[in-house]
Amino acid sequence: MNDNRYVRPELVCPAGTPAALRTAVDAGADAVYCGLQNATNARNFPGLNFAPAELETAIGYAHARHAKVLLAVNTFPRAGEFALWREAVDLGARLGADALIVADLGVADYAAQTYPELRLHLSVQAGASSPEAIRFYCQKFGVKRVVLPRILTVAEIADVHRQIPCEIEAFVFGNIGMMAEGRCSLTNYVCGLSTNMDGVCSPAADVHYEEDAERNLTTKLGPYVIDRFTAEESAGYPTICKGRYLCDARTEAYYAFEEPVTLNLSALLPDLMRAGVTALKIEGRQRSRAYVKAVVSAFRNAVDDIMAGRDASLASLIALTEGHRETEGAYRSKAWR
Amino acid sequence: MTLRARADVAPSPLQGLLQTVPKWLLAGVPLALLQPLLGHIATHVARSRPELFARLGAHSDKLFLIDPIDLPFVLLLRPNARRPQLTASRRVPRPRHDAAIAGTFVDLLGMMDGSLDGDALFFSRDLRVSGDTEAVVVLRNALDDLEGNALDSIVAAFGPLSAPLKLVISSLRGMRTEKRDE
Repeated sequence: MNDNRYVRPELVCPAGTPAALRTAVDAGADAVYCGLQNATNARNFPGLNFAPAELETAIGYAHARHAKVLLAVNTFPRAGEFALWREAVDLGARLGADALIVADLGVADYAAQTYPELRLHLSVQAGASSPEAIRFYCQKFGVKRVVLPRILTVAEIADVHRQIPCEIEAFVFGNIGMMAEGRCSLTNYVCGLSTNMDGVCSPAADVHYEEDAERNLTTKLGPYVIDRFTAEESAGYPTICKGRYLCDARTEAYYAFEEPVTLNLSALLPDLMRAGVTALKIEGRQRSRAYVKAVVSAFRNAVDDIMAGRDASLASLIALTEGHRETEGAYRSKAWR
Repeated sequence: MTLRARADVAPSPLQGLLQTVPKWLLAGVPLALLQPLLGHIATHVARSRPELFARLGAHSDKLFLIDPIDLPFVLLLRPNARRPQLTASRRVPRPRHDAAIAGTFVDLLGMMDGSLDGDALFFSRDLRVSGDTEAVVVLRNALDDLEGNALDSIVAAFGPLSAPLKLVISSLRGMRTEKRDE
């Protein structure tokens, strides 16, 4: 298989900590995305993310190895609290981030007006999936790349590609949640914190695990039972969208929204590259260095194989997947879920 | 390299022996003999790796119960930079704690040396978490961010004995790699 239509895609990898960033770069990431230790990014988890001094050092480490650092400033500021997002944009510009990943119109406008030379990527949190929406961000704010929501088939991505003036970044591995990115209010409903404004989905402070003597595991978010796993079952993340629920219309608990499953598009990489995807994104800033090393290495080898005209041999990543299950989601067919 | 779920792989006779011997050897050891050593480890890590505590924030005053389920005791950790506390306790009665993490000794080692993913161990039900989930998440993230790894810092606390200890740990790491590559 040797196809000259392939353009070498950028492998965009997650980093929740400076150690994870170094691991990603060493494992072959072309770019690493990360966030600050506050509500300005959509993975505002306890103990995670970068202090300003850590970000400065991390950017130096990445640049010395020809890797880029993309700073996620991709939540939506609450009314009257814009200063925090403005400071994040200023910091990213001052420290030499290669791009900012933004979602909010005001944040995008501030960055575009204040730092016209700073590259902007449109976060998946913006939920821009139509050519019309994407072109708007490109025209108004000079966005250079859109991270597409995980709701399009490969054929639809190719169609979008033909109609937009910017690059496309697509998720290829990791957690796959509600297909309403930037609009999910399930956590807010239960915990009072917003995934989109506070950057926390299922805050750990509200998560409780209870295992009985038979090893049946009950997962709770706030006062609500999200799921109950038997001793033989694999577990999933404690998010409302992955839970099983009882209702009068069903005889057994059922997945009302999504299932505990991980996106893995390794088999679709050549199709994605032909469709015009120029950046392949791995999800998982909340995961460990071990995850980052295994997944980034696997996709680095796969991309290199494809570019060299070989069939991609991707290591099995099933041990790292949620619920020990993988899916190609909507990328292969809209029939999923 | 093929990564496999831990539950899918039966331990080899050698692995079984290495996993059983520490439990057998330690079963009769009075915990009082372990306390000075554990205290030394806690003090050494606090002194040599201050960056660990920056990520812990307010959770550095929490009491973590670390339960290596195949050893005859549990560990209690209070990761306070100024007054670090690491002690051993019998499993029953369950000592007071804010958060608990339980898994096999080898899996807990793997998380500490950055070679195993905590989420994956949780998904496969090899890691159990209870109590203050936020405290557990913060501790996990802080340990995962240590330059080198937390396990090397602990081994360094053993001074002249760190070399033979490294050999034992290398064997355990090798066992895990072999297990994953099967």
